[in-house]
Order: sequence, then C-alpha cells, then structure tokens
Amino acid sequence: MNAIEIEGLGKRYLLGEDRPGGTLVEALSRSARRLVRMRSRPRRDEVWALRDVSLTVPEGEALGVVGRNGAGKSTLLKILSRITEPTAGVARTRGRVTSLLEVGTGFHPELTGRENVYLNGAILGMKRREIDQRFDEIISFAGVERFIDTPVKRYSTGMYLRLAFSVAAHLEPDIMVVDEVLAVGDASFQAKCLGRMQAAEREGRTVVFVSHNMEAITRLCSRAVWLEDGAIQTEGPAAEVVDSHLAAQLRRAPDESVADVGEGPVVLRSVKVLGEAGMPLDVLGREQPFGIEVRFSVRATVPGLDVAVWVVNAYGTEIFSEAWLDTVAEQPSEPGEYVATLRVPPLLNVGDYTVGVWMGSAYETLVQETAARRFRLQGNAKNRPWRSVVLQLPWEVERVPSSDDPMLLSETDRDGGPPVGP
Amino acid sequence: MKSGPETEWIENRPSRGLRLPDLREVWQYRELAYFLALRDLKVRYKQAAFGAAWAVFQPLVLTAVFTIVFTRIARFQTELPYPVFALSGLIVWTYISGSLTKATQVLVANTPLVTKVYFPRVLAPVASVLPGLVDFLLSLAILTVVMPFFGARPGWAILTLPLWMVAMVAVVLGVSFLLGTLNVRYRDVTHGIALLVQLWIFVSPVAYESAQVSEGWRGLYFLNPVAGVIEGFRWSLAGQSWPGPEVFLSLAVGLALLATGVLYFQHAERRFADVI
Repeated sequence: MNAIEIEGLGKRYLLGEDRPGGTLVEALSRSARRLVRMRSRPRRDEVWALRDVSLTVPEGEALGVVGRNGAGKSTLLKILSRITEPTAGVARTRGRVTSLLEVGTGFHPELTGRENVYLNGAILGMKRREIDQRFDEIISFAGVERFIDTPVKRYSTGMYLRLAFSVAAHLEPDIMVVDEVLAVGDASFQAKCLGRMQAAEREGRTVVFVSHNMEAITRLCSRAVWLEDGAIQTEGPAAEVVDSHLAAQLRRAPDESVADVGEGPVVLRSVKVLGEAGMPLDVLGREQPFGIEVRFSVRATVPGLDVAVWVVNAYGTEIFSEAWLDTVAEQPSEPGEYVATLRVPPLLNVGDYTVGVWMGSAYETLVQETAARRFRLQGNAKNRPWRSVVLQLPWEVERVPSSDDPMLLSETDRDGGPPVGP
Repeated sequence: MKSGPETEWIENRPSRGLRLPDLREVWQYRELAYFLALRDLKVRYKQAAFGAAWAVFQPLVLTAVFTIVFTRIARFQTELPYPVFALSGLIVWTYISGSLTKATQVLVANTPLVTKVYFPRVLAPVASVLPGLVDFLLSLAILTVVMPFFGARPGWAILTLPLWMVAMVAVVLGVSFLLGTLNVRYRDVTHGIALLVQLWIFVSPVAYESAQVSEGWRGLYFLNPVAGVIEGFRWSLAGQSWPGPEVFLSLAVGLALLATGVLYFQHAERRFADVI
C-alpha cells in the first residue's frame, strides 16, 4: 500500500517582472502595457523548480531526498505538505501529513513555554486533547520543566530549540515530511532529532527526509532520490544514491564551486581555501596551517546569524565542523559584506577534502552548500595514510610499580622485606 | 496508528476555477483559530499594567472628545443623547478599524505560517478578527452601564443585536479577504489600508447621524456597509429610531463583499507561499 504517489509533478516559478514582491504600480503598468499591446506577456523569465517528477513511497518507508541547492528538494516537500500547489501533475498523500520545514513555527517570544506548546501543536495539526495528553512528555523530552511558565524570550537558544522540536517529536502523523531540521542546534540536539526520526520509522510512519547530511540519509533511509535541476537523476537504495551524488559533487572542478548561493537575507559569495601566504589554493602542504575564507552578503538583518564551516574527507567522514556559535563572542548580523576566515592548524592527514558551509539562525537554514570547495593536502603520507587526522599529541611515558616486576622485587629485597605502612 | 485502507487520499494538483473553502477541513482546524486568537490577546496585554482596560479606554476617551467637539464647538443634533450616540458608534468603529487593520496584515505578519506549514489559510484572517470581539464586548458592557444615566434604553429591537454583530464581523472579513489577498503580493496595500481606515470614519455615521445625510445622497451613502451596521446597532441597542430600508442595502453590499472576498481569497490562496 502506498502512502505517497506523485505523477508528472512540475512547479514553475516566474522571475523578473512578475517576481514576488513586485509593487502594485508595476503590476498596474504591466497590465496597462498588456492592454495596449493586446498580446500576452512572453514567459521567458520562468524557472521550473520541478519537472515531471514521478515517485511512489510505500507506507512505512523512509525516503531520503538529496541534491544541490535549488535542485527542487524543498519545493517537493512544500507540494507534499500542500503549502503550495504544483503547476502540473498531482501529488497524493494518504493519512495525516506533518511537515517539519522548521521547528517552532508560530512560537511567540512573549508567550510562555506552555502557551507556545499549545499554539505550535495546533499549528502542526494537533488537537488540544492530544496536546493535553502528551504535554508532560513534551516538556520532559525538552528538559524545560522548570521554565515552562516563563516566556520563551528568556530561554536560551538551546532550550527554545529543544522545546520546539519536542512538540514536533510528539506528533503522530502517518506521513512526516522533514527538511534539514537536523542542520540546526548542537550535536546532542541533532542526535535527539535523528533518534526521534528513527523511532518514527520503526512505528511504521512514512518519512520523507531532505538533508545535506549524507550520513543521516544513509542511516535513516532505505531508499533515496537524487534531484538535479528539478528532475529525478537517480532513485534507488539510499547508500548507492548517496554515493553517486557525492561522487558527482566531487567531480565539479574547483572553479565551479559556489557563487551567489541563497535567495534570502544571506547570500554566499565565495568559499576559498587560503594557503599560509593568504593565496587561494586548491593544493596545499599537509604540514602548513591554512585558512577557509567565506565571503557573504547579509541583505537584511538576521538576528542570531550563525555561520558554520565543516570539512569532509574522501570517505565522507566529517572531520570537524566549526560554528560562530561556539567561539565568536559577538556575531554580526547587520546588513553588509562580510569575510569570515577560519584558521585551521595542520591536523588533517593527506588526501582530498570537501568544505561545506552553512548559514542561518537557530530557527532556519538560509544557505547550505555541502560541496562549497574542494582541496587536496599533499605531503609525506608514509605514516598510516588511512587515519583522518595527524594530531601528534604529546605522550606521557612512565614506569609504574608492579608485583611481578623483577626490578621492584630486587629493590625490596635490598631494603630487607616488603615496605610497611607507618 | 497505521492508516487503514479506508483512509482517503488527499490530492494536491493545480487548482482551476473558483473554489469555496473546504468547510469540513476548516472545522477540523478550528482550534488553530482559537489558539491564534488567544495568542493575540495574550501578547497584547503582556507587560501592560492596565491590561484589558486599554480596550475600553480608547472608545471612552474618543467619546469624551467627540462630545466636547461636536456638542460644544460644533453643534450636532442627534436623536440620542450625544455621549450614548458617539460611544455606540465608536464601539463598532473601533472594532471594525482595528480588526480590519489586523486581518489584512495577518498573512504578511506571519509569513512562516504561510511558507512553512499547511492549514486552511482562511483561518488566519478569521482568527485575527476574534480578539477584537473581547474588547467589543467589554465596551458594550460599559455602554449598557452608561446608557441609563442618559435616559437611553433599548426596546424589543435588542433581540436583533447578534445579527448586527454578525454583520459587523462579516463586513470586516469581506474587506479583509479582498485587501489581505492583495497585500500578500503588493505591500502598497498596507499603506492604502491605513488611509482607507482614516477616511472611512468620515463616510460612516460615527460622529454624525445618517439622518443628517440629504435625501438624494442616502442611497449612495448606504452603499457603505459600515453605515448600515452602525445604524442598525444603534437602533437595536440604544433605542434610536429605525434608520429605514437603506440598511438592507448596506447589508446586501456587506454580503456581496464577503462572497467576493472569500472567492478571491480562495483563488489566490494556493499561491500565497510562492508570492509572499
């Protein structure tokens, strides 16, 4: 029995003149011009975010969706959850659908945790009775029992996120549509999210999961589709799809790496790997420190703007991930052009690496580019090339006393018997 | 937990033609309207020392000002004692102007609700006209306390009071569906609404009686649905004489506005997330 059936799905967005946010005067003058010319406006400035996508998801299956930014993943989720309608084709879902495109939708900072739980629950389609029943579970899962009657504006980001996610985690939908929820929050929060989604799958719910985190996709999903320019590129077992997607990403030449990613308040301009002298390089020496430079524009103030950079090795293992949240005391959020450079000490082993960049706030992902830049570290690999990092940590070597140590015995003999306590 | 074979398929396909709201679904989501309205009410009075008292301050203060200006400076003639006349009009007007402003803004002010979750969108404007009713009822209580002091008392027409309240909400919803839909796409509308509300009070019988409007203009005057609502309300609650059959013209215009508003809103609703 299928839970989702998609046939010939297409979604067109208009750009240019008819773009969203055009003013009334523009629309009126456009209509006036159209009347005068008596012909329909040519539709050159259109973009198909999805083209002829057909797909079925059996009940209880977890389907992963991978692809680059702008490949149509989010559009697919928005159509599945009925947030927007398709331009062509049809998407059918069976049962209760819950979309988790962000956590804490509708949360109001002035309201208490309790009030927000009820509001958010209602927004996600829960009945008041259901929220009543699960209220205690929700707050204990979030670990905010003591603060439940405090306005959430006094919460830390972590508490806020945990509470928001906890509401979503206690839904009991038949179909769960999840977009990058794992990209926000700290490691333990992400582990919690992933665990909860695995539980949902065990409970027989159908899950459609978009993520740039390939490991999460393979861990959670049995099957995956790879979207490229709005069409399905490959579909099959998750591990295979993820592999071919990663391989394709790495084949992109360094110069093809990102330029101007993002349509919202933050636009990623460029990502470069800088050598010791500050020159952008694609091949560096293993024993030299290097920098990862991220240039971006903030077009509108983003409260709590956070930037994260991570490095993945050729085996797909994330070696490190550093966010402003961890170390930058004052995170800028005002509009303007920014350059952020992460200084990396020589700790990676030789090999090929991919740099990923994420920008957003605690509540949303604004830009996410998993293969923003590739670089290679060269050098002497004679010592175990398979290890990920070369830390050269200090050793402490000390000899400890032991009963069957001949040296020790002979010493006590010399002193005339075993040592006696005072 | 698993959906049985009896579970229905929900289809999402390109919409064609006119659509009415799916009332069954709207009913299923009714609690959302309640919680959104509750949120508005709670947020409004958080950290405000006088809380809900503010809701009745506004019409009371305006009534005092109107009474001084229009009976001492200008000399308006009214059938009802002027303070009762002004307060009864201002209670309705305060509700209409306040709720209209909020309901036309609600989608734009809650963009994530539109772009991140699904619910019958029609509930957002509906939820935003509910909190004003609390203020309205509080003011109404004040009015009924004040009326005897001025010798005004309602007759049997008081029985029709719920009808006028429904009409009042319907007018606000009709205009809000129309202008709120436009506002999703064109933010110019926001400024237009501010101006509209400021002008509208002058073509409505808030400060002056509709009886003052000359005979030749009455037909045109009552094309304004607010005119009918306010005069009907005064007739029902404050015992003003029946304003005449023109009231039905007002109500008809209000109904027509509501019908077009709903249809236009539903037509545009499926693309809100794309253009907001």
